[in-house]
Amino acid sequence: MSDVVEKTLTALPSLLSLDSHPGSAKLSSTSKLGNLIRGITELTSKHEEEKLIQHELLAIKEQVSSPNTTMRQMKELMVRSIYCEMLGYEASFSYIHAIKLAQQGTVLEKRVGYLAVSLFLNESHELLLLLVNTVLKDLQSTNLIEVCMALTVVSQMFPKDMIPAILPLVEEKLNHPKEIIRRKAVLALYKFYLIAPNQVQHIHNKFRKALCDKDPGVMTASLHIYLQMIQENPDAYKDLTPSFVTILKQVVGGKLPMDFNYHTVPAPWLQIQLLRILALLGKNDQSTSEVMYEVLDESLRRAEMNHNITYAILYECVKCIYTIHPKSDLLEKAAKCIGNFVLSPKINLKYLGLKALTYVVQQDPKLALQHQMTIIECLDHPDLIIKRETLELLFRITNAQNVTVIVEKMLEFLCISEDDHTTIDLVGKVAELAEKYAPDNEWFIETMNTVFSLGGDMMQPDIPNSFLKLLSEGFDSVEEDRKLKLFAVNSYVPLLRGEPGKLPQRFLQVISWVLGEYSHLREDLEPAEVLSLLAKLLDMKNSSSETKSWVLMAMTKLCKGGTDASVTQEVSETYSSSLDTVLRQRAHELQYLSQDPELRARVLPRGANPETLEVDSSLSFLDRFVSEALAAGAAPYKPPHQRQEELDQSKALSLEPYGLSLPISMSSCSITDRQSPTLLSMSSGLSGDSADLSHKGGSSALKLDGVKRVWGREGYLAQREPVEEAAQVEVPSPIQSPGRQGEGDSLHSQTPTQTPTPEPEQEKQQLASSLFVGLASQSSVSLMGKSEPTPQRFRRKAKGQGPGSSFNASEQISSSLISPPSAVDNLLCNNLLDSNNASELAEQTSQLSQRLTTANGTCHTEAELTEPDTKGCNPALRRDNCVVAADPGPHDDPGRLTEVCLDSYLPAELSGLSHSEIAPLCANQSLNLSACHVQKEDSLILVVFIINSSESAIQQMLLQVDSEELEVSCLCDSPAGEMTSHSVAVGQYSLTVKRPAVHVEVVGTVSYQLPAGTSQSLQFSYKVPLTSFIRPFVVSTEEYGTMWLSFSHDTKQNLTLINDNQEPLTATLNALKKKLQLHVVEVIGMEGIVACRLLQDLPCLMHCRVNAGWLAVWLRSPVPDLPDCLIYHCQRALQSL
Amino acid sequence: MQFMLLFSRQGKLRLQKWYVPLSDKERKKISRDLVQTILARKPKMCSFLEWRDLKIVYKRYASLYFCCAVEDQDNELITLEIIHRYVELLDKYFGSVCELDIIFNFEKAYFILDEFLLGGEAQETSKKNVLKAIEQADLLQEVHSVLLQFSAL
Repeated sequence: MSDVVEKTLTALPSLLSLDSHPGSAKLSSTSKLGNLIRGITELTSKHEEEKLIQHELLAIKEQVSSPNTTMRQMKELMVRSIYCEMLGYEASFSYIHAIKLAQQGTVLEKRVGYLAVSLFLNESHELLLLLVNTVLKDLQSTNLIEVCMALTVVSQMFPKDMIPAILPLVEEKLNHPKEIIRRKAVLALYKFYLIAPNQVQHIHNKFRKALCDKDPGVMTASLHIYLQMIQENPDAYKDLTPSFVTILKQVVGGKLPMDFNYHTVPAPWLQIQLLRILALLGKNDQSTSEVMYEVLDESLRRAEMNHNITYAILYECVKCIYTIHPKSDLLEKAAKCIGNFVLSPKINLKYLGLKALTYVVQQDPKLALQHQMTIIECLDHPDLIIKRETLELLFRITNAQNVTVIVEKMLEFLCISEDDHTTIDLVGKVAELAEKYAPDNEWFIETMNTVFSLGGDMMQPDIPNSFLKLLSEGFDSVEEDRKLKLFAVNSYVPLLRGEPGKLPQRFLQVISWVLGEYSHLREDLEPAEVLSLLAKLLDMKNSSSETKSWVLMAMTKLCKGGTDASVTQEVSETYSSSLDTVLRQRAHELQYLSQDPELRARVLPRGANPETLEVDSSLSFLDRFVSEALAAGAAPYKPPHQRQEELDQSKALSLEPYGLSLPISMSSCSITDRQSPTLLSMSSGLSGDSADLSHKGGSSALKLDGVKRVWGREGYLAQREPVEEAAQVEVPSPIQSPGRQGEGDSLHSQTPTQTPTPEPEQEKQQLASSLFVGLASQSSVSLMGKSEPTPQRFRRKAKGQGPGSSFNASEQISSSLISPPSAVDNLLCNNLLDSNNASELAEQTSQLSQRLTTANGTCHTEAELTEPDTKGCNPALRRDNCVVAADPGPHDDPGRLTEVCLDSYLPAELSGLSHSEIAPLCANQSLNLSACHVQKEDSLILVVFIINSSESAIQQMLLQVDSEELEVSCLCDSPAGEMTSHSVAVGQYSLTVKRPAVHVEVVGTVSYQLPAGTSQSLQFSYKVPLTSFIRPFVVSTEEYGTMWLSFSHDTKQNLTLINDNQEPLTATLNALKKKLQLHVVEVIGMEGIVACRLLQDLPCLMHCRVNAGWLAVWLRSPVPDLPDCLIYHCQRALQSL
Repeated sequence: MQFMLLFSRQGKLRLQKWYVPLSDKERKKISRDLVQTILARKPKMCSFLEWRDLKIVYKRYASLYFCCAVEDQDNELITLEIIHRYVELLDKYFGSVCELDIIFNFEKAYFILDEFLLGGEAQETSKKNVLKAIEQADLLQEVHSVLLQFSAL
């Protein structure tokens, strides 16, 4: 039955809208595009396809340029051109026609025209300029769809120089009554901000307005801009933190319209955006971070459904928590969360878990220890991506003790990786680790050899540079120095004797330099042999000329005349006529210096300290020449960026005619903006420029920043001992030393001492202990980026000073806000709650109460019915004292009231019914509050227990309970006021749902006076799952059918089926019935219908069908949010099985 | 987001949207590389890839692969859900969508994408609102063609 209903219902909208959905290929099959597509699919070879498309393109070309082609035909032609371009064939002739179509077509043709433009052209394409006038016209159109199209294309691409022409129009759209226009305008401004931030500086206050827009969509769009701006300058936006927190709180609390839900999670995109913003704001800022702790905790707590989307939010939460100023209990929860990711069987989650771990392990290396076995498993994962991420994690926890194992793993991966980008990255990391933590000479040189041969010629040039620098500078210990160099020489000679043709050029360059400088250290090696080995490199076909010049230089250093003369003579003769000028110069140098040993000794002294060389990088010796040239009328030097700037500027000015229609103030303003940086750099004459040069020179040659140098004054000997310890690998590794508590618990359970384990397991555990050695001992952990007292010789200039000037302006603007933050807050609160407005509420309540009178006239409801309207509008009116002061009874130890005791205080009429666990709410020195809820057949009762735990009586006690989502009515009209010491008072409230939410919350306050006369209050909140309000709803199949058609709110989702041996549908429905108190109306074959009601009488119908291993569920109800909430609980119920 | 690609199991491109300015040649190279890499991956493997300095997030729906490139600091899971929401939108619009729908009506698929993502950022995540915007424009088409038929009479 319901299948038919479903079909008709889905067909209905399309019937109404004149069949606007062309059922797949139905309509197009007769069109030319259809023919083309089918033509292509029938072809068998690439060649045939090419022929067909070329033919097609010719036909299109002919038609588009024909004057008789109507815009309607043009639209069709453009679609075909797009298709051809997508297949990879160029149709550039149609670009101009796409622009024409956007210009001249009617709305629909325009739509295709704009689409074609956005697909064909990119931001820098010159034809885009021709679109400016069209956009300008459409932005002024009265047709909303045209305005939308113009804004859409503008947000995707727009020539930077033309922004001033349309900016006022786009700005104007921020006040448009339609939210879709406002939203698109905000995104267009976001785009402008990205490509030309100074153009939109003056409208920062309008961004604030967008942030406070009453439409959540517009507000969300504005967050893109804020994320960007805050990324650049977090300090300027700290004042917005409370607003962002408030928004997030409301989103998390489900205050947005249900439209924004995604799989029952409220606005996840918005949540993630906000979390990212908060992370930026709270970074290194304790007071700002404190504002957000609560909402972060709330987010963690709410995101509990087992769905990708909640994991996405959790991941962002964890990142935020670890970015902002730390709070221990949040960190603990976040760590637990990461654990769930890492241990998940789902590979995507595992990956993210590793990523999160990599992110946090810098702050908390213990976390890596907790998951060591998982990490080891991931290291052998068949998916390279997982493996790669694991190595990234290991990179972060490397220390002097585990470096050998980790580097070995990285090199293993390098051997199988085929991706260049990964290779470059990993090689850099290995080199960094090797320099930082190398345990000894041999290991260092061998590792670097592997780096050079694997990294090939792709690796960053600073790796060989810093390696050579390290080698040449050496240490204070001459002996160590010599050993290292000698070892390098020893390892290179056999390489050259072998097959040097296979080695990358960079490596050959390193080898020739080292041999040139240090081969004399090896006494048994004749220079002649080295020379001939080097000469062999020159003869190799694949040697680059750069390598050759390195080789020639090495030979220059080595040649001593005499027997070597013949080799050098031959070589220098060959290359002195080379076409490569550098090679020719080197050859001549070789020739002269080999013949003049005295000169050679002066030019190339052996063993000289390279640092004694001083290079005048400011080129001051040229100053006289320059000043003479200037005096003679030469133009002053301009750095490249300034030249470019001026070029852009002149280009912008020449395009003035397009800007004619814009207000003059606008264009002039933007031009002055543009000029300011030029003016600044104008003064950078000779001196400024040379300073720049010297800085550059320093940083390009020696990129050792951030690299800990273990090769310091003491050498690396000090670190040998721990390494040897680690090499033994076995049980008494530092991890297990008993002196360390705290982190010990989780460790001991995993350390390999326990029962005899199978072989592979043991291997893994051995690996684990060698990988994670030294992590637990704080002293030896060397956290990257953390304060390391290593002296760095070359410090990079502090960044961020330069662009600072541009931020000043934005700061000024933000300080001259139109609305102070508190107003922002208010606006947000009011607007975001619009689904909750008063009229709707009152209506719902009166509806509800009418039902109540007809259905069941129990005493407590009647009390309310007298004034249903006042209740809806002003709940404060009926907050009477409604607390039952129960007899305190004989109590020996009232301070330790247990649940059992409280049980006995349950009112007699409720004691037989099932109630939830009595949960403590809050407490202070004098009062202790607990609560539970009791499920009656037709109502839900909240029972609040107030315990006076103090030694004195309290007076004027008043308990007030209220809720946003619930109707709260007091059940027993009993006077409170005074409570004697150690007595218990009980308040009873009947709850009904006025607005369904996944969890509903009751908030309350107890105010009272101490005998001393000071008045105090205590606040609490109590959460009730919506399921407590669900009752079975007994209907017949026919009744169900009529009701189904009349309900307007619905939702659909697939749920997991329970697969035990009996029939899965029945099993699942029974489980739901048991958990959620649903009523199964009927089961027919693969379909089942279920009904329930939300107290008092709000029905919700559920239609279930088994489909491809899933239970397709369709829920309908007259209450707006009920289906969504219910589906959430169904999901939870099935998961918890 | 930097770009989005849709391609079939045979490696045929079905949709491409670039949010960063790239030359034609680069676009072709990127899509060729990516299609190859992704098609070579096994079904149980991770949906995320590191590729150059970008993060690739992809998912297969029936015979179609949806693939997005995001920056490294972006949230991969939410990108996966962006893909899913786009598929939901297509599904709702076409009524249980299949590859043929997208081949023959690719311009419609682009329109939907433009309403959903704008300039590489999620513009409107409410399914209802996106489809409302599309249907309004579509309705215009119908009115337009009806008017044309009248004028032809």
